Amino acid sequence: MAVITLFGVAVVVFCLLRVVPGDPVAMMVGPAASAADIAALRAHYGLDGPLPLQFLTWLKAALVGDFGTSITRHQSVLSILGAYLPATIELAFSALLVAILLGGATAVVATLLRQHRTSAAIDALNGVFLALPDFIWALILVLAFGVAVPLLPLTGRIDPSIDVPFATNFLLMESIITGRFAVAGNIAAHMAMPTLALALPLAAVIARVLRQALNEAMVQDYVLLARIKGMSELRLILHEALRNAVGPTLALTGVQATFLIGGTVVVERIFAYPGIGNLAIEAVINRDFPLIQGLVLMFGLIFILINIAVDLTVVALNPRLRHV
Amino acid sequence: MSEVLLGVHSLSVRADGGQRILRDVSFDLAPGEVHGLVGESGAGKSTLVKVILGILPRSMVRTGGNVVYCGRDLFTLPAPAFRALLGSEIALIPQDPLTALNPGRRIDAQLTDGFRLKQRLSWRDAEARAVTLLEEVHIREPRRVMRSYPHELSGGMRQRVLIAAAFALDPKLIIADEPTTALDVTVQKQILRLIHGMQERHRTALVFVTHDLGVVAQICDTTSVMYMGKVMEQGPTERLLAAPRHPYTTALIAANPRHDRPESGLKPIPAAVIAAMRAEIAAGDANG
Repeated sequence: MAVITLFGVAVVVFCLLRVVPGDPVAMMVGPAASAADIAALRAHYGLDGPLPLQFLTWLKAALVGDFGTSITRHQSVLSILGAYLPATIELAFSALLVAILLGGATAVVATLLRQHRTSAAIDALNGVFLALPDFIWALILVLAFGVAVPLLPLTGRIDPSIDVPFATNFLLMESIITGRFAVAGNIAAHMAMPTLALALPLAAVIARVLRQALNEAMVQDYVLLARIKGMSELRLILHEALRNAVGPTLALTGVQATFLIGGTVVVERIFAYPGIGNLAIEAVINRDFPLIQGLVLMFGLIFILINIAVDLTVVALNPRLRHV
Repeated sequence: MSEVLLGVHSLSVRADGGQRILRDVSFDLAPGEVHGLVGESGAGKSTLVKVILGILPRSMVRTGGNVVYCGRDLFTLPAPAFRALLGSEIALIPQDPLTALNPGRRIDAQLTDGFRLKQRLSWRDAEARAVTLLEEVHIREPRRVMRSYPHELSGGMRQRVLIAAAFALDPKLIIADEPTTALDVTVQKQILRLIHGMQERHRTALVFVTHDLGVVAQICDTTSVMYMGKVMEQGPTERLLAAPRHPYTTALIAANPRHDRPESGLKPIPAAVIAAMRAEIAAGDANG
């Protein structure tokens, strides 16, 4: 199933790239290049020949792990992805974590206060967060914490003056694990705004769906009986209702998380964050076909992995779905 | 009946729209005694249970009366003190065992809640107590049941688990809200015998809600017959069944199917009795 999806993605991207206007070879050579030079370059990058043949050539190489060479960077696509992907993974996971914590906490608080007038205010505020997309949040954050109150670094992933060797490209994780907390703090400060920009809209979605599910769970008989066992309201929400309410939220979070990955493209651009989103825009501008192809496939793979992870978690949380 | 464990005094409840749900309901319950609440659906039995347990829905308001437990007015009790009573001294056996257990938690977790939260027992001790409880409600393979989720158990088994949970902390008062209604007829009798046996062994006072006079005859010391939220007749069960004073009680007894005399068939409540009762209730409402 996943293989078919990836194959479909590969075919569509391959065709689209060659249909949209723009020629990588024309971008590479100057206007003075002769027709013969251009033809030679085309042949070198495998850009001559009919489309199906080009695709088969690419597929054959891709199946053994060779995704070609970037036209602009003259490096293998795989090594470029290896260098840029960890930054995006760290950003996306931080955003997902923040969104789940923020959205979950909002839903629990709103449920606690559901007989209060304040809960209407929480709903209204949540509606605003729901309505604004990630790149708007990015701009708001830039204005707030970059310009008005310059607290956070505006661009990049780490202060260029910090000169410590890293064994991997998972800079944040590595510095936390190795105990270099000052470095980790610097990286976290750089990541704060892009993370928040990506997390806030998702947090609003999670808060809304989870709150709805919690409200429904709170009137179930088993919650009533637990109340008669003398449990506190917070305990009722966390121990009795949440477990049964979290399923639909989680499924939706999986879908939304794929939007979050898509959102990294724009948000990484705004904050000049060196991840695959930023790389993707550069690759498209340069018509770097092999790199685009590899990137899109990578995005496809991430989507599939997220969905598998979500499905497994949903099953793990719902005893009735086990052993089937 | 000198000592009173639970005293319900002139309790009245109205719905949002103003309709009366409970009309001046009173009864006293001595420690270890069983009081039956009998009536058709809509008689206000469940509402009465909810008021006592402090879980009246938002759509209803208490307009008068109080509930006194061990000399303490439950309605003026601060919330934490009331929560402390629930579970440890007052427990509920719910009506529908299929919805009353949390589908996402294992039986061991749900059955040990009280031990762990109220008595601060360790998981291991709480588990041992829970297994003993399951044996007491005649569940075979208690250890397997402990590791099960509710959907893996039958309705009768789940009701046994809920009975075990209700008796777990040896409460002084248990409210059984039609605990056999949702079960198969064959299972009903076993569950009734089980509750009765547990109640006698633990000397627990029981408020038993039912629409079945046969059940009342078997286990209730005293009984209130309710109609439209009003107690029509109240007294010792034996006297009430042998020499009913209210025509509605008489009609209810007559309406109960007799398995020993199937030729008598089913008798509905006579329209004249209902009309007279409604007039009585309307007169009471006009005065109150």
